[in-house]
Amino acid sequence: MPIVIFQLPDGTERKVTAESGTALMQAAVSNGVDGIVAECGGNASCATCHVYVDEQHTALVGPPNGVEEEMLDFTAAERRATSRLSCQVRLSDALDGLVVHVPEEQV
Amino acid sequence: MTSAAGVVVVGGGQAGYSVVSALRGAGYDGPVTVFADERHLPYQRPPLSKQAHTEPDGTRVELVPESFYRERAIGLRLGERVTALDTAARTVVTGTGTRVPYDHLVLATGARNRRLPVPGAGLDGVHALRSLDDALAIGRALTTARDVVVVGGGFIGLELAQVAVAGGARVTVLELAGRLLSRAVSPQLQEHLRQRHEHSGVRILTGTGVRAVEGAGRVERVVTDRGVLPADLVVYGIGAAPRDELARDAGLAVDDGVIVDEHLRSVTDPRISAVGDCARHPHPHAAGLVRLESVQNATDQGALVGRRIAGSAAPYRSLPWFWSDQGAVKLQIAGLRTDTDEVRVVPGDSPDRLAAYAFRGDRLVAAETLNWPAEHLAARRLLERQVPVSAGDLTGSTLGALARARRGAGVRA
Ligand SMILES: Cc1cc2nc3c(=O)[nH]c(=O)nc-3n(C[C@H](O)[C@H](O)[C@H](O)COP(=O)(O)OP(=O)(O)OC[C@H]3O[C@@H](n4cnc5c(N)ncnc54)[C@H](O)[C@@H]3O)c2cc1C
Ligand code: FES
Repeated sequence: MPIVIFQLPDGTERKVTAESGTALMQAAVSNGVDGIVAECGGNASCATCHVYVDEQHTALVGPPNGVEEEMLDFTAAERRATSRLSCQVRLSDALDGLVVHVPEEQV
Repeated sequence: MTSAAGVVVVGGGQAGYSVVSALRGAGYDGPVTVFADERHLPYQRPPLSKQAHTEPDGTRVELVPESFYRERAIGLRLGERVTALDTAARTVVTGTGTRVPYDHLVLATGARNRRLPVPGAGLDGVHALRSLDDALAIGRALTTARDVVVVGGGFIGLELAQVAVAGGARVTVLELAGRLLSRAVSPQLQEHLRQRHEHSGVRILTGTGVRAVEGAGRVERVVTDRGVLPADLVVYGIGAAPRDELARDAGLAVDDGVIVDEHLRSVTDPRISAVGDCARHPHPHAAGLVRLESVQNATDQGALVGRRIAGSAAPYRSLPWFWSDQGAVKLQIAGLRTDTDEVRVVPGDSPDRLAAYAFRGDRLVAAETLNWPAEHLAARRLLERQVPVSAGDLTGSTLGALARARRGAGVRA
């Protein structure tokens, strides 16, 4: 049961307990974390689940996959080296303590 | 901002959820009540036709867990139907006779499937697909079905056909029109999609109507105007009609959907809004009023009304977009492709990719893409920001390249 910390644009943070094997997006949505819209429900269709992975964890989380890589060029908030679509990040116990930053805008 | 009666939402689907989530997100602190006549927590419909669902608990299609509503003091009245509106007294009446007052009423009642208008449509093994309960019944039937007949070559039917064929069934799609998705996508894509479906083993019979469904208690065969097909499961998706009867009975203007203005308020009663599948609304990209059935439309309209009730004043202008996953084909549409003059089909950067760009005059108004999410997103960025794109701009280029170039030039596209 990894714990994930979402840092919100207003400076507050949300700490949620997630389930291993589920998507990072799901952890946000199930806990009502504001700013993760996830309009397509995790289908890699909408890019409204964009997050910035904290630098200390980018290596552990890994790079975006092929389709995701292309989609990240067109997110609403600027793309950074740490950008991921949270529906494409699978959580595991190895990611316990993961910190991600929620961008200002998704749509 | 707070007022005594607060907001009542009729319908606990994609749009109803979006209304209440936006209301609380924007700081509205009055009473909020949602009447939802299904027994399930508000859920997403797209997965219902894209996977086989067999386990009520394993489906995980709900939009957010129950705690979301509890923590935000949103009264979720599951299994309770609103049966009448009393607009003079500003109350809704529920099936149990309870009367609940409102300051603002939001109709988010969705749509219902058109019934299959042939003899035998009521036999066991004949299903429509709209609700989670429908999907569970179909999912159970698919575990044993050998001959599946899908009536209607629209998005839902084609998606379900792919689910059934992947599960090992023999699948036939019957479509009355001469082409699949005849009004929904450009003709050039219709033919392409047909080939993709046939290649994956789905038999497609266009120009073929259903006359009857037959069997002793359970479906055994489908009689078409071109012969008889064996069937142990029939799923039909032949279009939907808005659930606008509450509004009509209450005397609100209705014409295949509740008629609303650019703020999504009923043109008859400004205390009542309508959002999602049940709303017919003006749109800056359309000549007349439109009624759209999509997650985007339900989400963005719900959010607009939630924010408006909480105090913001912007009119509805969101760019329509849509997706449909048909087996290995991911179809995405950005923009409204009605009244287009020209469609140009362009191969993508890999063999399974394709784009169809639709123009009104010399201006891009919509883009349909296959297996090319980045091109779809680029289309949305450009169309949302009203960047003019002509057919000439797309000669030897893609929307992705145009959007990247704009971004590179320091203009956020
Ligand atoms: C199988 C299927 C697959 C789909 N796939 C896609 C897709 O891939 N992409 C896409 O963009 N869109 C898709 N759609 C369309 C999308 O799901 C709908 O446009 C969207 O759900 C509309 O949201 P809504 O809230 O207006 O209506 P709904 O989600 O239908 O919700 C309306 C709810 O209100 C309830 N209700 C109605 N009247 C009353 C009343 N009087 N009292 C209480 N409750 C009431 C209904 O029972 C229902 O639960 C799909 C739809 C279906 C059915
Ligand atoms: S939820 Fe739509 S792309 Fe991630």
